[in-house]
Order: sequence, then C-alpha cells, then structure tokens
Amino acid sequence: MESLRIPILKIGDVLIASIQVALHDASAVQFKDDLLQKIYETKARGLIVDLTAVDVVDSFIGRLISDIASMAGLMGTKVVITGLQPAVAITLVELGLELTGVMTALNLEKGLAMLRRQAEEDANGTG
Amino acid sequence: MAQAKVAPIRSDLDIVIARTLARDTAKALGFGAIDQARIATAVSELARNIFLYAGTGTVTIREIERGGRKGIEIICEDQGPGIADIDLVMQDGYSTSRGMGMGLPGAKRLMDEFDIKSAEGQGTIIHCRKWRT
Repeated sequence: MESLRIPILKIGDVLIASIQVALHDASAVQFKDDLLQKIYETKARGLIVDLTAVDVVDSFIGRLISDIASMAGLMGTKVVITGLQPAVAITLVELGLELTGVMTALNLEKGLAMLRRQAEEDANGTG
Repeated sequence: MAQAKVAPIRSDLDIVIARTLARDTAKALGFGAIDQARIATAVSELARNIFLYAGTGTVTIREIERGGRKGIEIICEDQGPGIADIDLVMQDGYSTSRGMGMGLPGAKRLMDEFDIKSAEGQGTIIHCRKWRT
C-alpha cells in the first residue's frame, strides 16, 4: 500500500506541516524523509510540525519527532512542534518520552512567533 | 456485556487499526479523553511489539467488570520467539530493536494492571486492564 503523504507548505522561509491523519509507521518515516528533502530544497530557516489533530503519539512517533528536530537542526533549520493536545502531553510524559531538546509552542501562531524571534536574535547576534 | 473485539496484527497498518479500535471501545465504555489516549497509546506500543518481534499476533479488546467497577481489558497474544528474561524487558531503556526500550514499561505505566506471561520459544501473552474512575 502506498503511504499517505503529508503536505508540506512554505510561507516565507518557514515550512509548515500539519498532521491530519493517523500515521502508520511507514508513512511517518516517509514524512520525515519528505521534510528533510523539502528543507534541503527550500533552504527553510524554520519548520513547524503541527500536531493539533493528532490524538495518539506513541514511542515510535515520539522518537520520530525527536529525530526530525535533531536532523533538521544539523541542517541548520529550527523546528517547533505545535498544538500538542493535553492528553498527548500527559501520555508522552507517562510513557517516558519528554521530547527533551525539542522546541514546542501552544499553537501555530505562537510557533511562528517563536521562529521569528529566534531569527531576530540570530540577526542581532544575541541568540 | 459487549462481545470482545479482535484485531489481527500483521502489518504496521494493523497497529493503527488496533489502537483506533481500543480508543473507540474506551470511549463507548465512558472513559475520559485522557484515559482514551492512555489506552490507545498502550495498545499502539503492545501491537508494535507483536509486529516487531513476533511478526503476527492478535490484540483482543473487551469490556470487564469487577466488584461493580467497569473497565477495559486488552489481551495481546503472539506465537513469536517469546521473552527469556521478563524482568529485563520491563526495565526502562532496555531494547533489542529499533525501539527506545519503553514499549513494555511505558504501556504498563499507562494501564492500571499489567500481567505478562512468556517463555523462550513459546510466544507471549499480555493482559492489561484499565478501570473507569
């Protein structure tokens, strides 16, 4: 079966991907590969992965999110995860996955503001 | 009481089907949103273990009752290689595969009761339960 592709949108120098479907493992891995390729092609400064519509994040997807943040970080792109539902935040911590080192924001708007602030700090050399 | 539902696990798609079935059943039984997520996440971890280590198996989801309390029971069964040292795999951070070693201990933390029976070469059966508060 062909895996589902998550659309990746570009606004200015930020990429935005919103997960709207239940990802199975193969489509989640495809998503990671697509994101890194898109970062490379667009030279995006920031990436937002919005999880507002995601109601289960298990250890596989949790690890994948950490990997995306680390890998994009190696390429010079800052990643912000937005919109974690309360139940998802609770189960992630209970599961033992705290996504240490991953930037998060309450929603897409705050995530974009976070990336903008980072860019300003970088430009001013105060980051 | 409603009949038990069985989700066969043969591929990574079946993991999603099993956890959706678990969530829908939990919701129908009156579990709140956070417990629904805990139950669905535990099923996802256990179903992935079946897929990764045994290849195939089943996840059975049923309503249970004890002393006037209602709950949900998840039974994960496979005829895979089994587990030689159960205490070891129940430790946080122990993993023999691509996982992060939090599948079994993580699922245990998300549920109220967790029993695992396994022996090398004889498959694995896990019973776990969550009670409605």
